[in-house]
Amino acid sequence: MSIDWVAFTPLSALLGGALIGAAAALLMLFNGRIAGISGLVGRLLSAQTGNGEALLFVLGLLLAPWLYLALAGEISVQVDAGPVALVVAGLLVGFGSRLGSGCTSGHGVCGLSRLSLRSLVATLSFMGAGFAIVFFLRHLLGV
Amino acid sequence: MRGVFAVISGLLFGLGLLISGMANPAKVLGFLDLAGAWDPSLALVMVGAIAVAFVPMQWVQRRGTTLRGEQAQLPSNRQVDRRLVIGSLLFGAGWGVAGFCPGPALVAASALIPQALVFVAAMLLGMWLFGQFDRRVSL
Repeated sequence: MSIDWVAFTPLSALLGGALIGAAAALLMLFNGRIAGISGLVGRLLSAQTGNGEALLFVLGLLLAPWLYLALAGEISVQVDAGPVALVVAGLLVGFGSRLGSGCTSGHGVCGLSRLSLRSLVATLSFMGAGFAIVFFLRHLLGV
Repeated sequence: MRGVFAVISGLLFGLGLLISGMANPAKVLGFLDLAGAWDPSLALVMVGAIAVAFVPMQWVQRRGTTLRGEQAQLPSNRQVDRRLVIGSLLFGAGWGVAGFCPGPALVAASALIPQALVFVAAMLLGMWLFGQFDRRVSL
């Protein structure tokens, strides 16, 4: 392992992380809800009644890049995956996050902050799978 | 009022994803590539998020109610089961293939990044497929 010091952005990572934590704290303190993106989107898809709150959270999330563009002027999103990889990845992320009851936000941020054993196991599992797949694709397959 | 807090929370969440670099797949994959030139930034995103969320989460969890005195909706399932582990492994594999997880993908799709739109369409299909699967198969 060698650390990529050029790409390392500790301050923006901590600041952005703090905002994510503040968003999760706000939703729990005032609404008593876990800020888990896959769970909130899943609730919208299941078309149950009383999902206004989930809809408004997602709306706020979708407004964020437009506010960010207005303030910062540019969004850096670099995607190297091709169309087939994007579809396979999307299917895995959608299906897997629902089966596992959460993703990076619900398990990784909210669950770990609640000291939930389930979320710790989930976080170690998805991080481990992520590390393994990237190793396989980049270093064994050479994609 | 619940609606106002939900919008503000979603907005802050999205801004956090953008500022931290979580919404940039190249950055995410730089973090997941332990054997390459490793970018540790995203570990600090989680540190920052948990540092801020920890005390409020613990506080609500102990009280069981919100600041406004309503019942908090906390997950009741404590079972570490096959569904949790298999689901998380599948999710992590998908995360490693494209570098997108659900929140960042929605943010990038809203910014009309073409690849994010493709990913989000597939992700929503995957969530729908899970609903169909869950009705028929018990795992």
